[in-house]
Amino acid sequence: MPIEILMPALSPTMTEGNLASWTVKEGDTVNSGDVLCEIETDKATMEVEAVDEGTIGRIVIQGGTQNVPVNSVIALLLEEGEDASVLDNYTSTTTTTTTTAVTTSSSETTETPAPVAPAPAPPPAPAAPQPSGDRVFASPLAKRIAADKGLDLGSVQGSGPRGRIVKRDVEGAVVPKAAPVTSASVGLPEAGSYTAVPNSTVRKIIASRLQDSKQTVPHFYLTADCRIDKLLDMRKALNAASVEGEGAYKISVNDFIVKAVAKALVEVPEANAQWTEDAVLLMNNVDISVAVATPSGLITPIVRNADRLGLQGVSTTVKDLAGRARDGKLMPEEYTGGGFTISNLGMYGVKDFAAIINPPQSCILAVGAGEPRPIVVDGELAVGTVMCCTLSVDHRSVDGAVGALFMAAFKRIIEEPATLAL
Amino acid sequence: MTDTNFDLIIVGGGPGGYVAAIRAAQLNMKVALVESQHLGGICLNWGCIPTKALLRSAEIYRQMQHADQYGLSAGKVSFDLDAIVKRSRDVSKQLTSGVGYLLKKNKVQVIDGFGKLAGKGKLSVTKDGKPVATLTAKNIILATGARARELPGMEPDGKLIWYYKDALVPKDVPERLLVIGSGAIGIEFANFFHTFGAKTTVVEMMDRIVPAEDAEVSAFLQKSLVKDGMEIMTSVGVKSLKKGKNTVTATLDINGKPQTREFDRVIVAAGIVGNVENIGLEGTKIKVDRTHVITNEWCETGEPGVYAIGDLAGGPWLAHKASHEGILCVEKIAGLVGLHPMNTDHIAGCTYCHPQVASVGLTEAQAKDKGLKIKVGRFPFQANGKAIALGEPEGFIKTIFDDKTGELLGAHMVGAEVTELIQGYVVAMGLETTEAELMHTVFPHPTLSEMMHESVLDAYGRAVHF
Repeated sequence: MPIEILMPALSPTMTEGNLASWTVKEGDTVNSGDVLCEIETDKATMEVEAVDEGTIGRIVIQGGTQNVPVNSVIALLLEEGEDASVLDNYTSTTTTTTTTAVTTSSSETTETPAPVAPAPAPPPAPAAPQPSGDRVFASPLAKRIAADKGLDLGSVQGSGPRGRIVKRDVEGAVVPKAAPVTSASVGLPEAGSYTAVPNSTVRKIIASRLQDSKQTVPHFYLTADCRIDKLLDMRKALNAASVEGEGAYKISVNDFIVKAVAKALVEVPEANAQWTEDAVLLMNNVDISVAVATPSGLITPIVRNADRLGLQGVSTTVKDLAGRARDGKLMPEEYTGGGFTISNLGMYGVKDFAAIINPPQSCILAVGAGEPRPIVVDGELAVGTVMCCTLSVDHRSVDGAVGALFMAAFKRIIEEPATLAL
Repeated sequence: MTDTNFDLIIVGGGPGGYVAAIRAAQLNMKVALVESQHLGGICLNWGCIPTKALLRSAEIYRQMQHADQYGLSAGKVSFDLDAIVKRSRDVSKQLTSGVGYLLKKNKVQVIDGFGKLAGKGKLSVTKDGKPVATLTAKNIILATGARARELPGMEPDGKLIWYYKDALVPKDVPERLLVIGSGAIGIEFANFFHTFGAKTTVVEMMDRIVPAEDAEVSAFLQKSLVKDGMEIMTSVGVKSLKKGKNTVTATLDINGKPQTREFDRVIVAAGIVGNVENIGLEGTKIKVDRTHVITNEWCETGEPGVYAIGDLAGGPWLAHKASHEGILCVEKIAGLVGLHPMNTDHIAGCTYCHPQVASVGLTEAQAKDKGLKIKVGRFPFQANGKAIALGEPEGFIKTIFDDKTGELLGAHMVGAEVTELIQGYVVAMGLETTEAELMHTVFPHPTLSEMMHESVLDAYGRAVHF
């Protein structure tokens, strides 16, 4: 059986990419770690390395091919001792969860005998039709008026032919106010009775994204009390074992929560999801956004592949990201993306709260303070440290039962933190 | 009559009614069209079309008189008025029979008679005062049109005092002609008879001719007509007409001072009034303001199931407005989705005198009255290659933009063929283009349309050829 080399996802949101060029050719022997080809996304060009050893039996997708769907077969690797003749009868066993166009293109290409000499690049593989949902149809005049008003055309309902946004639609449209009006009174309070803090870009983004989220995402909430006495014991023991100087660490409760969420997401991957009109995107990576308060406002740096990090790794990463977030030194890729957000206000003594989902993610976990509470253990009243956690869930992409499964997994892990070592 | 129950009855077969009937038939409605005189209405029979035929004769006659300018000689140029009128009538006849064919093809039942509302969903039809039928339908569209406004003491007599119908079938060219009113109709008739030798005087009560147009267009047209030998009197009223044996003595009111003038014929073109009488509006919830039926943006009257379109429903009094309302109204009745009320600011008006006048949207004065900050562009025919080659270097194109948004608010043209050019701006306005898209549009060379581009450029100080 030849080994299938698949189009990799270079970022959580990548659905297709361009296969720029092959650095190997058919017949080449490759070892694990050898660079096979270069893949372009809209953001970067990246090298793809071999995972397995073997001989390149067939290059299925030629260099220079645009819009290759993630997980489609791009080449076949022959294992040691395997004869090239197996390729002739080979049909892909890969089940792609993307579109039918993907299946078609891969089966078509695998049935075609491979050219012996490097052939000129074939015409691009048929790409999945692009949804036109992103394009806003608006008249030039409507665009101009919207730009003048600072109005986002995406929020305007078009009344022109085929839903085109025309002048009358934008003239009447009200630019959403960033700050919600807290009282029924309209207009500004009396001059001199307040200090106006001009809205920074971050402030405006927070306002528009979270308003959009709360208005358009159907939230539901799941709350669970988690007993963290074992976690606190384990934390104490781990921190006591820290070396001095280089390699010193101090694991926080929050680090445990990040790690527990990551593990729970591996168990319940359906909660690591994004809603789109055409499909629910299940994220391949466990990337966790951690809400950090900064002087200019809320920002959510991402602990990438948190499931693969140990507690110390999580701790170091969060410290580094949070520190640079407060200094305003994060790179855009460090806070864009992510599949799940944790917002912890426990350190402020907050018992419980419900957070607003951070779109396009589906879930956000709001973590309250761990505090001693009377609890019942085996029918006896006892004192335990209890932390209340509330999960806000987008019901479009994640159903109640799935959310509950996640919470059950999280509660089990956080209450038995030794399982994090598994 | 075998069938008296319909999905839709339309009263009036003019450009509003017959177009509505065809659209309704396309939407699978069973349609009756009630018409008392002739299909095609005033437009095809006594308005737009026959006057265009007459003015075409005038245009060619004018060109032949100036044949030497083009290196041609036409000998002694003369005309036969009877033949000119006959051609005009033939053109009308051809088109009205075409309307009859279209209605037949679309299986619209045409009923010859005068329709009158007779209770909910009912219409009684009479012919020469005798009942013909009572029709029923859930929806009835009134499209009875309008007629010339008659001034008291100046009623048409078909001999000395003419209204448009008389003026369309003249037996001879009057020696001295008075035209009362300088709107599109008055100016077109003045231009026709003046071209064929009538010493023509136009009297306008307002302070300028074609008063609905931009003031610059009025001034330019007046200058041009006067240069051509026409007499134009603005801010002048006509107090009375006294008919003699073969002449008319007009008493004009010039700044409050009466002045008498003698003419051979008088054409009265003092606006129009809606045909609201005898169509059964009394006793219904239909509201009438002066001579037009009040409707909402979907052509609905106060009476459920009764609609009014075209001239009957008020201005602008234009055939293309009536047709569009007819389509809109029928589609609304059919329950089509995605419909949009008509924007009257996007309806162009055309006057087919020489030089022609065409306009759409706001005049400069109207834009300023609205408190808009505007940019104005102008481009003259004398700087356009095609205009010079045509021997038509007279005229200009003026554009008005909203300074803030770049919206094309209005376009005003005077000169050769501008009635055929204006649609470019109409499309632009309908699509809500701004100056940016118009500037990016590549206009073909050499054409008169290049002036439309240059006028836009000029509004932003970028005209190339002027």
